[in-house]
Amino acid sequence: MTSLLADFLSALSLINVSLAFVGVMAGIIIGALPGLSATMAVAVLVPFTFSLNPSSALIVLGAIYTGAIFGGSWSAILINTPGTPSAVATTFDGYAMAKKGDGDLAMSISCMSSFVGGMVGVICLALFAPPLASISLAFGPTEYFWLAMLGLTLISTLAEGDNIKSLIGACLGLLLSMIGVSVVGGDMRLTGNIGFLNSGIEIVSAMIGLFCIPVILDLTSLKGKHLNESETPKSLRLVECFSIMTKNKFAAVRGSLIGTFIGILPGAGGSIASIVSYGEAKRTSKNKDNFGKGEPEGLVASETANNATVGGGFIPTLCLGIPGTPPDAVILGALLIQGIKTGNTLFTQQSDIVYTFIFGLALATLIMLPLGLLMGRYAYKFIIKVPKEVLIPSIIFLTIIGSYSIENSILNVYFMFFFGLIGWILNRAGFKASPIVLGLVLGGIAEQGFVQAYIIGNAQEAIFTNYFGRPISISIISMILVGLFYPTLKEKFFKKKVLIND
Amino acid sequence: MIKLKSIIKKLIVSSVILVMGIASANAQVNNIIPFGPGGESDVTARLQQKYYKEMFNEDMVIQYKPGGGGAVAWQSLNSEKNDGSLIMGANLPHIIMQPIANKAKAGYKTSDLNVFTFFHYTPDAILVEASSPHKTFKDLAAFAKKNPGKLTLSGSGTYSANHLLTIQLEKAGIKATYVPFKGTGAAVQALLGKQVEGSAGYSTVASKQGTQVRMLAVASEKRLPAFPDVPTFKELGYNIVSGAYRGYALPKSASLATKKKLSDRLMKINADKNFVKTMEAGGYVVVNIGHDQIDKFMAEQIKINESIAKTLGLIK
Repeated sequence: MTSLLADFLSALSLINVSLAFVGVMAGIIIGALPGLSATMAVAVLVPFTFSLNPSSALIVLGAIYTGAIFGGSWSAILINTPGTPSAVATTFDGYAMAKKGDGDLAMSISCMSSFVGGMVGVICLALFAPPLASISLAFGPTEYFWLAMLGLTLISTLAEGDNIKSLIGACLGLLLSMIGVSVVGGDMRLTGNIGFLNSGIEIVSAMIGLFCIPVILDLTSLKGKHLNESETPKSLRLVECFSIMTKNKFAAVRGSLIGTFIGILPGAGGSIASIVSYGEAKRTSKNKDNFGKGEPEGLVASETANNATVGGGFIPTLCLGIPGTPPDAVILGALLIQGIKTGNTLFTQQSDIVYTFIFGLALATLIMLPLGLLMGRYAYKFIIKVPKEVLIPSIIFLTIIGSYSIENSILNVYFMFFFGLIGWILNRAGFKASPIVLGLVLGGIAEQGFVQAYIIGNAQEAIFTNYFGRPISISIISMILVGLFYPTLKEKFFKKKVLIND
Repeated sequence: MIKLKSIIKKLIVSSVILVMGIASANAQVNNIIPFGPGGESDVTARLQQKYYKEMFNEDMVIQYKPGGGGAVAWQSLNSEKNDGSLIMGANLPHIIMQPIANKAKAGYKTSDLNVFTFFHYTPDAILVEASSPHKTFKDLAAFAKKNPGKLTLSGSGTYSANHLLTIQLEKAGIKATYVPFKGTGAAVQALLGKQVEGSAGYSTVASKQGTQVRMLAVASEKRLPAFPDVPTFKELGYNIVSGAYRGYALPKSASLATKKKLSDRLMKINADKNFVKTMEAGGYVVVNIGHDQIDKFMAEQIKINESIAKTLGLIK
């Protein structure tokens, strides 16, 4: 206990607190710029941590990471573009709220939700890391396949309007996810002899294009302001925000837990966490019909989940030495340079560094709350005040910089514009961007899981049991079945009752 | 309140400047990593970065150009500056196997890359999870010989060093089923979760995962200093020395003097005791293949990989 107190105090040293402060701030800014992802933010700053002691280095990297995941929500809310992939579900209700004139409220809700999610993730990391790490190991290829299937069934929930059009969009996304060299088999697929397609569709540039370009085109062609201004432009609307948070406390806790859980599964990541959490919130909400039209509950669900993946993702990273998310991979590399050995002995043998880091991460999350609220205020005012003639070119400039910087390649900028045009045309025809992105994100996970499960099942001469006989798979399959058939069954039984009453 | 606001404003402005300053740091050598951040190429370059600054008072600026298992970057190398202000990571067996497997579609030929040094490699290794019944490589080989194809081994990618190891084992009579994953992390996850019987991975896995895994055999020339008890394949009677070699390439038009200068510098870092120590602790094996030995080394590697490609049916 005394040693824990010592770790706590060492996390609170002046240098660590100021590092956490600067880290969060830099993280928020980088995260808010579309294309500059959390991974990039962390990677760029690794060399500057060489001179720090290990726990301070970890704290500043963790702070940047936390800030960047939260910062991604700003551009999602203000310009309908996820700043980082994990903010994709934030666009659904965040941007709709901003359009209605509740942008300031949305910014505050997003900050508070990120804080709640981040804290739950850190608490799980501190208390349950070793048992949760062993759960992540129980997820084999089969489970990843079924998890991706579960994600795909959410299309019917996410979709506004036409279900068929959403399904077509998702199929298009799945098809796009197959372009390039396949992981299993190494074949070139659908590249049409175009060299740069070998690496497949780069998801972030496709996402910037699909979400942002239609907004810019609409902004240019339509009269009126970008966002409606709220009636109380001077405040953070904290009271309102707080009452929304208490009203949606269940959604917040559920989102945080979903985020932590998906965070511990390496390779899944914040985008899937926020989509699953959003889908669950919409499925069970009383205000189901308001989702996608500016429902605060949807925003809470998405933002709690993606920040909870930060703490969750550190669980396999620190306990097993397997990076939970891409930024974790960079942090793992930094740990090696610092001479820290991750793995099952880290929590017992180098626990002082681990707990100082966990306290530091909690501190960063705490700092994010006031800092995010205040900085968000400036960002919101800037977007509201700036005239359209300045705003449009600035956004285009940012999207170009963003998509270029992902791989230092002009090709991604072309990709981005190409997808923007496609997205705009499909939008006119009633196809939304979100099912396409969902298909694109989940396609690779589903395919690799399916094929790996087949190869393993085939070698063990137990293909059927490998797909349908594993306990976790069975529970995911039942969740899929419930999600798919519950509405129909409910309707049927409900109708019967009505008949009997007659 | 106003004061607080102005302080925050200043802080925001200064951190923006900080971030932009970092992005545009005065570059001396741009090191283009053909993969994303966090992988072995990135980590080892980061280790060099520190020494490069100390020894030559020049910055090594690391940039990433991932995609297509490195192919996207390698396609573009010859349109880059040739004055030595830019070097690009080059990895074996990638730069040999991709053009063989994908032919013209790979977008580059092995000979397009002006490789001037390999500074380390991660030997291939066969690993099992700590509780596995296979205590030694002999146990594992006996199981595989009795049940051909039943032994599942996870590894990173197709036509990768891990994959090629399983082909070499198959040639030696040990037929296993190779299960490719996206990256070493995912392959290790499957190993630790006992989704597969073992892993055809790298020695670095044993360094990172510690007591959670047991390395049964390693494809290096000599036993690794960090793992004195793990036998090499050579000791076990298999003539297999393989792994992923990492080095650097220049555009084809770069002069011999440029090649020599950069090669000498990287070899000087390789000679530093602390550098070698950190590398070895991570499971990396430092090799000194400079510009004067590179042609011979590449010719040998091409020969080995072509013979494997024949077994795979990629060339006739």
